[in-house]
Amino acid sequence: MNIHEYQAKEVLKGYGVRIQEGIVADTPEAAHEAAVKLNAQTGTSWYVIKAQIHAGGRGKGEIKETGSRGVVLAKKLDDVKEKAAAILGGTLVTIQTGAEGKKVNKILVAEDVYYPGASEPKEYYMSILLDRATGSNVIMASTEGGMDIEEVAEKHPEKIIKEWIDPKVGLQGFQARKVAFKLGLSGTAHKEMVKFITSLYNAYVATDSSQFEINPVLKTSDDKILAVDAKVNLDDNALYRQPKLAELRDLAEEDPLEVEAGKSGLNYVKLDGNVGCMVNGAGLAMATMDMIKLSGGEPANFLDVGGGANATTVEAGFRIILQDPNVKAILINVFGGIVRCDRIANGVVEAYKSIGDIRVPIIVRLQGTNAEEGAKIIDESGLKVFSAITLKEAAERVKAALEA
Amino acid sequence: MSVLVNKNSKVIVQGFTGSEGSFHAQQMIEYGTNVVGGVTPGKGGSTHLERPVFNSVEEAVQNTGADTSIIFVPPAFAADAIMEAADAGIKVIIAITEGIPVADMMKAKPYIKERGCVLIGPNCPGVITPGEAKVGIMPGFVFKSGRIGIVSKSGTLTYEAADQVAKAGLGVSTAIGIGGDPIIGTSTKQAVEMLMNDPETDAIVMIGEIGGNYEAEAAKWIRANGNKKPVVGFIAGQTAPPGRRMGHAGAIIGGADDTAAAKMRIMRENGIHVVESPAEIGATMAKALGVNA
Repeated sequence: MNIHEYQAKEVLKGYGVRIQEGIVADTPEAAHEAAVKLNAQTGTSWYVIKAQIHAGGRGKGEIKETGSRGVVLAKKLDDVKEKAAAILGGTLVTIQTGAEGKKVNKILVAEDVYYPGASEPKEYYMSILLDRATGSNVIMASTEGGMDIEEVAEKHPEKIIKEWIDPKVGLQGFQARKVAFKLGLSGTAHKEMVKFITSLYNAYVATDSSQFEINPVLKTSDDKILAVDAKVNLDDNALYRQPKLAELRDLAEEDPLEVEAGKSGLNYVKLDGNVGCMVNGAGLAMATMDMIKLSGGEPANFLDVGGGANATTVEAGFRIILQDPNVKAILINVFGGIVRCDRIANGVVEAYKSIGDIRVPIIVRLQGTNAEEGAKIIDESGLKVFSAITLKEAAERVKAALEA
Repeated sequence: MSVLVNKNSKVIVQGFTGSEGSFHAQQMIEYGTNVVGGVTPGKGGSTHLERPVFNSVEEAVQNTGADTSIIFVPPAFAADAIMEAADAGIKVIIAITEGIPVADMMKAKPYIKERGCVLIGPNCPGVITPGEAKVGIMPGFVFKSGRIGIVSKSGTLTYEAADQVAKAGLGVSTAIGIGGDPIIGTSTKQAVEMLMNDPETDAIVMIGEIGGNYEAEAAKWIRANGNKKPVVGFIAGQTAPPGRRMGHAGAIIGGADDTAAAKMRIMRENGIHVVESPAEIGATMAKALGVNA
C-alpha cells in the first residue's frame, strides 16, 4: 500500500527521522494559514507547495488546467494562496501518471530547507528495500541525490552504495557509519547521517514496510540531515498488525473499479486493452493476458477470481469488466480442480441472464473436473457465449471474435 | 524415486482441524497420501479424519515418525508454524498459506536453513508425485504419472502444464509449486537442480512469472550444468505493466531484469525451449523429446 508524502513524513518523524517540516492543506485559504503557522514554527520565509498524489515526477509534472508545476516555491507569504489555488483541484500529469493525470486533492506547504549558510546544501539519495535474491533488506544510498536513481544505476553503478542487513541481528552501528563515510561525510554531518540512517531503518522495520525511498536526503548548510521527500510503501500482508497505518489508505488515489473488485474478494487491475478476462489463479491470469495479446488483442485487465470461484464471484467479475467501455470481448479461463467446471458454467449462465444486456461476445474456457459437462451447459444455453476446452481453442475463439 | 515426496513420506498437517486443513487433508488421504496425523495447538489427544491430533509438531514427530509437513495455518501464525516444523526435525515443509508478512519470512528462512530442511512455498499449491503422494491442494487427477518434472511459481498454471503434458502422451515425475511470494523457501534453481539429479525425470517444465531473478539464476545454472535434460520454459506476465502487483505479492516488475521479455531472453540464451504462448507447453515438450503428440 502506498501513502502520501505528508503521511509518510509524519510516520518517519514519529520514529525520530528528521524531515522537512510542513502542514497539509486542502483549500487555498488553508494553505495560507498553514504557511503562517509554519513561519511561526520554523521561521521559514519561503514556502514549498507540493501536490500530494501517489505518483513521482511531481516537480517536473504540470497541472493540465493551469500550467502550474506540481511543486512550486512561494517566496512571499502573500503568494501562497494564489500558487496553491493553481494546483489544488487540478489534474497533475507526470511521467508516472500517464496522460490522463491525477486529481490533486491536497497539498503540502513545506518549509524552505535550502537556505544559505556555512556550507553548501547537498542532496543525497537513500532507499531501503527487500533484496529478494538474499532474502534480506538492503540500504541503497548515493551522492547523486534528486536524480532518477535507475539512470544513476545504469550509467554510474559505482555511485550506488549497498549495505545488506542480516535479518537475525538487524542494522549494526558500523554499517550506518560505513554508509555515511562512503557518502563522503565527516564531522557533524557524518554523525547526523548515522542518526538519520539508524532511525530510518528502525522506522522501516517497525512499520512493516516493503520500500522506503527518500530522494532527496538533504544536508543543509548548517549540517542537518533531513528527508525532503518520502515515499513509503507498506507490506499489504502485514497491515493487519499495523491498524494505524492501514487507516492512511486513500481510496481517492485508487481506481474505483479496483476498489469495488476488492470488496467482492476479486483481484483486479485495470489495463488499457480491448479484451477483458476473468481467470482463477494469478499466474494463469497473467498467462491468459499474454495469450490474448498473441491472438491479436490487448488485455483490458488482470482479474483473478481466486480458488473459490462460484456464480456470485463470476457475476461480480462480469459486472466489473463490463463497466470498461473499451472491452470488445471477454475471455473466461478457469482451470477447475477443486471447483467443478459444470458449476462454473452454471454460474456464467446465471450471471449472464441476471445482467441481461451483454453486447460483447464471451468465450468460456473451462478445463479440469467435469470440463465436458461445463462446455455442454455453455453451448446449450442459447446465449452469445462460446465454449472452449483447450487453451489453444480459446485463443482461436478470441481471434475470431476480434476479427468478426 | 521422484523428489521431495513419495509413497513412503509420512505427512502431518499443521492447521489440521481448520476448514482449509480439513478439506485438503481429506483430499490428500483420498488420493492415497500417507497422512499420519495433524497438529492443532490445544486440540491434542483428539482424533480428526480418523487420525491423531497433536498439540505440537514435536509431539507429532515423536508419535508418528513424520518427516513431512503441510501447513494451512493462517498468515499471522504461519512463519511460526514453519519454524516449529523445522525445530521438530521435519525434513520437508510445504507451506500453502498465502499472505504471510515479508518480515516474518525474512526471519523464518535463515532459521530453517540452519536446521537443514527444505521449505517449499509459502503461497504455493504444494508438491505431487503422481500415484504416490499429493502433498498440496492441486487436483490430483490432472497429474498423470510419468517422467517430466514441473517447477512453477503458479498454481493453476501448473495444472495447465500437467494437463498439456498428459495430452501430449507424457506424464509427470514430480511437480513442485514453489510459490509466488517475494521470499520463498526453495528457489527455481534449487527445484530444477533436484529434478536434474532425479534419475526418474527425463525433462523439465519450468514456469515463472515477472518479478525477481529466480528464472534467470536457474537458466544460468542449467547451462553451467551442461543442459543435461531438455527444459521447456514459460514466463507469465509479458503484458503486465511495470509497478503493478499482479495478484501474487512477488509478481511485480521493479527493474529491467524483472520483465518477462528479459527473463525469456536469458532462458533462450541458456538453451531453454522458451514458449511465447502458455498453450504450447505440452506440444513443445513432446517435440523436445522427439515424441509425437
